[in-house]
Amino acid sequence: MIDHAVTLFALTIAAGTVLVFAALGELVTEKAGVLNLGVEGMMLVGAVGAFIVADETGHNWIGVLAGTLAGGALSLIFGVLTLSLMANQVAAGLALSLFGIGLSTFVGLGHVGHVVDPIAPLALPALSGLPIVGRLLFAHSPFVYLSLLLFVLVQWFLFGTRAGLILRAIGESPQSAHAIGHQVIAVRYAAVAFGGACAGLSGAYMALAYAPMWTEGMTAGRGWIALALVVFANWKPWRVLAGAYLFGAVTLVQFQAQAMGVAVPSQFLAMLPYAATIVVLALISRDATAIRLNAPTSLGRPFHADA
Amino acid sequence: MMVALEARPEPSRLMAWASPLLAAAATVVAGFVLFSLLGKNPVDAFVVFFIEPVATRYGVGELLLKASPLMLCALGLAIGYRANVWNIGAEGQLTIGAICGGGLALWLPQLNGALLLPLMIAAGAAGGIAWAAIPAWLRTRFNANEILTSLMLVYIALLALSYLVQGPWRDPEGFNFPQSSLFGDNALLPLLLPGTRLNVGFLLAVAVIAAGWLFTARTLAGFRMRVAGLAPRAARYAGISAERTVWIGMLVGGATAGIAGVGEVAGPIGQLLPSISPGYGFAAIIVAFVGRLHPLGIALASLLMSLLYLGGEAAQIGLELPSAITRLFQGMLLFFLLAADVSIGYRLRFRRSPGAAGAAAESPAR
Amino acid sequence: MEAAPVPRLTLSGITKRFPAVVANDGIDLTVMPGEIHAVLGENGAGKSTLVKIVYGIVRPDAGTICWNGEAVVIDSPAKARALGIGMVFQQFSLFETLTVAENIALALDKSRGGRELDARIRETSARYGLALDPRRHVHTLSVGERQRVEIVRCLLQTPDLLIMDEPTSVLAPAAIDKLFGTLRRLAAEGCSILYISHKLDEIRALCDSATVLRAGRVTGDCDPRRQSSAYLARLMIGHDLPHPQHRAATARGDGLLEVRNLSLAAEDPFGTDLSDIDLRVGGGEIVGIAGISGNGQQELVAALAGERPVDAADAIVVNGIPAGRLDAAARRALGLCYVPEERDGHGAVPEMSLEENVLLTAYGQQLVTRQGLIRQRAVRAFAQATISRFDVRTAGPQAAARSLSGGNLQKFIVGREVLQGPRVMIAAQPTWGVDIGASAEIRQALIDLRDAGVAVLLVSEELDELFEVCDKVAVMTQGRLSPVKAIRDTNAEELGLLMGGSFVAPEVPSSRAVRERP
Repeated sequence: MIDHAVTLFALTIAAGTVLVFAALGELVTEKAGVLNLGVEGMMLVGAVGAFIVADETGHNWIGVLAGTLAGGALSLIFGVLTLSLMANQVAAGLALSLFGIGLSTFVGLGHVGHVVDPIAPLALPALSGLPIVGRLLFAHSPFVYLSLLLFVLVQWFLFGTRAGLILRAIGESPQSAHAIGHQVIAVRYAAVAFGGACAGLSGAYMALAYAPMWTEGMTAGRGWIALALVVFANWKPWRVLAGAYLFGAVTLVQFQAQAMGVAVPSQFLAMLPYAATIVVLALISRDATAIRLNAPTSLGRPFHADA
Repeated sequence: MMVALEARPEPSRLMAWASPLLAAAATVVAGFVLFSLLGKNPVDAFVVFFIEPVATRYGVGELLLKASPLMLCALGLAIGYRANVWNIGAEGQLTIGAICGGGLALWLPQLNGALLLPLMIAAGAAGGIAWAAIPAWLRTRFNANEILTSLMLVYIALLALSYLVQGPWRDPEGFNFPQSSLFGDNALLPLLLPGTRLNVGFLLAVAVIAAGWLFTARTLAGFRMRVAGLAPRAARYAGISAERTVWIGMLVGGATAGIAGVGEVAGPIGQLLPSISPGYGFAAIIVAFVGRLHPLGIALASLLMSLLYLGGEAAQIGLELPSAITRLFQGMLLFFLLAADVSIGYRLRFRRSPGAAGAAAESPAR
Repeated sequence: MEAAPVPRLTLSGITKRFPAVVANDGIDLTVMPGEIHAVLGENGAGKSTLVKIVYGIVRPDAGTICWNGEAVVIDSPAKARALGIGMVFQQFSLFETLTVAENIALALDKSRGGRELDARIRETSARYGLALDPRRHVHTLSVGERQRVEIVRCLLQTPDLLIMDEPTSVLAPAAIDKLFGTLRRLAAEGCSILYISHKLDEIRALCDSATVLRAGRVTGDCDPRRQSSAYLARLMIGHDLPHPQHRAATARGDGLLEVRNLSLAAEDPFGTDLSDIDLRVGGGEIVGIAGISGNGQQELVAALAGERPVDAADAIVVNGIPAGRLDAAARRALGLCYVPEERDGHGAVPEMSLEENVLLTAYGQQLVTRQGLIRQRAVRAFAQATISRFDVRTAGPQAAARSLSGGNLQKFIVGREVLQGPRVMIAAQPTWGVDIGASAEIRQALIDLRDAGVAVLLVSEELDELFEVCDKVAVMTQGRLSPVKAIRDTNAEELGLLMGGSFVAPEVPSSRAVRERP
């Protein structure tokens, strides 16, 4: 019984970690006032990039690096369009998602069905073997610890450093920030690239550890769920973490129910994460005041210095 | 030398028209580069991709056939986008429309086509409307972002279709394939052009484009939708209801996408399959933007997008390239458009050096 | 012989062109140490561009800047601050969701806040009588308090030159006196002050010298204390100040706007709640509402015009008909027209043509067929009529609204509303940011409406304007409205006290928003 619970816990964390990376990255991007709807595309490109490089070189961690860089590189297309050319962020984000889906399918075709040795969970000689505690805390994928480290870094950066304060200020009022001499566009580029790299990392985790394989469109909407998660989290990193694991648990219900032979068609179970996202979004968005206080005020609006 | 952008006092009407053409041209150029990189002769590849598919009467029919759902979906989306209502779930609304229209065909196989087809179209429109009403309601009632909710509903719609064709609606004589039985002739749209697959759905799409033009260009209601998109405070000042705007923007998109779904199952497909659209609902987003959210522009952009679909299929056969190349071209087209669009509101200006505050170095820009 | 003191700041030949206009054309200006130097000019004369150049936000096309006798290039605000230049912006450069301390830290070059900064803020604000709590969030502060944040932010850098851009437009009279005290003290300590304003009286009361701008050029340098207001006005606008024809109300129209016991919780969490508003505006009179911005005027106007309908239908009565629940379009059908405070994106859609902007509110003037189709010709005729009747300078009815200057667009908006033949007219800050000529025409239009029997409600922060055109006046403070007084039974001093909240019974300040109380 306990054993089963521990397994479920581990699976929940594993499923939630996909969202932790992507949503934390998007949170930083949005805190700078930029809405990048291209998360799904960046995740896919990250996944395919990581998988191909790992498949070709045989080195998984080089693959992870490649996936992260691929996500970051793709986000820069979005950056050029919205920050330098002042394109509509919604349109450019959608374009990025569509392009990313197409690009990943195109370049990944030759690698469908390939197998790589996945990045294994942590196996610490002493700790991982401990009863219960070992599996609860010390036997997750290295990505899980990486995502927690990322959470700590993002929290510290945003609320504990001057650079984070500047980023938040730019997200609230780029005009004011510009007037007192901050580099709005440069900071926003950095935030966009960070968000892209995190999405790429999330994709790499999927392709090399969570799944682990490459199939067309394998993220199955998780990029969009990550976007919803940022709203759900009210732009607070710790709530991103909580929300991601919550969604991880919802994903799990699907597999558990099937394993237990519940007589519900699999399609209905597969709808759960999407339906849950909709419900949660509706419940959270109702509180306009909380959103007004936490959402970056300039979110989605282009900025031009001479205006 | 530094390039800077300088806001134009008024948006350039010339560039508003030229920008989609520039984007289309840039996409073709990028295609040349891509084909070369893939080791194909770019000129041959260009011919295979862009010319051959429409060199025959059948090809032209296919072009118009595939343009029809794009026109329908993109027009509906554009009505919303003009008002800042971001429905990106046309693919899901199309799917539900196909389920409703197709369901009717399976349910009433004996009904006369003159009655059944209009009923199917109405059912499809109603299904699309119902599906689009969910994000509209969530947005007006709970202020939930319609981009995310409408997209989540795409996944749910596709799963619902998958459930139906694998479960209750599976063809008992279909060797366990996940598909419904074939529709009777009474449930198929009449063909328009002999020797092609083009059906009257195309005329429907053209009619919807015309109606869309009348609405956006000539009616007060259409004007008000645009005000709501450009300046929400001015809309409130003018007494334009924000909720109504969201409802209209979403539901029109749902209706046209639903009709497009019926057009597919009652047209070239002729039954319900797990996948009835090669991403028309998403491609329509691109079509809407490339068409400048203008009905006429959308009609032209639909033809271009349709050609990209045909080209992708031809490339698969003629060039041994994956058809996913179509998606790549679609994404690039939108990127180039967004980049070219900067020239509508801004003009490029060249500065000699970045901060020469003392030097009178500015060349007159105009 | 003693050497002449080195000027703190010298501008020579400063020129800045924008696509549509030359904002600064060969401007020369000198500020001495410890001098309070006015830059005087009306809206659009180029004052703001000039100070943005000094603060490094805008780069000039030509000209040189000397700082303490040495030529410098100021290419960023950080550079300006490093030289010792501080600036208090007209539209504040503050971040509402951040604390006072964080706001201040952002403008310092290294700090990220903390106890030490809190202590410095407290010390500086105490020293200059600018009480501030560094831990408060800016969105909970009154407008006056926000200005203090900006000033303290500059003072923490011990500037040698402080730029103040129209600082009094957001202050009550008593607070203005206090601000002047602070500025004089700073000047006495050797800090130079560049004081930007279009208000003649203030400049004559405060400044040691003045540079007057008109249409981007210097039209004169003088000692404002020795010159008459009329002389300064002529330098500023090229002719004498226009005065509209104000006669006692004569006509009695049937227009009527009544507000009864209107209370309304703010929609925006940073907004002001309205409580117990009673007001009656009869036909043939102009009732003014004075007050410092942010005291609920925007919320009141939104409720009256129907942008935000209220639950109680009879809380707002237009021409005898309970209208509380009606939206703006329905109230317009009752004969209520309205000029909002903001032009761009509220009173007009900047991207749309003037024709389309006519359609925004005037569609009821037979511009649309019964089937909802737009009658293009009628729309054009209406736009053309507005343009010619109200002397709007534009390329024509098809020009985009954003191509018009502020004054011309405002005349167009006022004209569009007036030509609809309203019986009730609400005008919110109709002359804000508008040049003097256009302001006079707009005020005259309101007076003409009154003389035609229309009930006119004018919300304004400018007491001069209210005294010029109103028959009656009331003051808005903290979401409450003082009793209405006849204009000849009151004076600026009394209104100033009312703005400070003297009519509001003492109450426990709400945790969310505490308004200015001098």
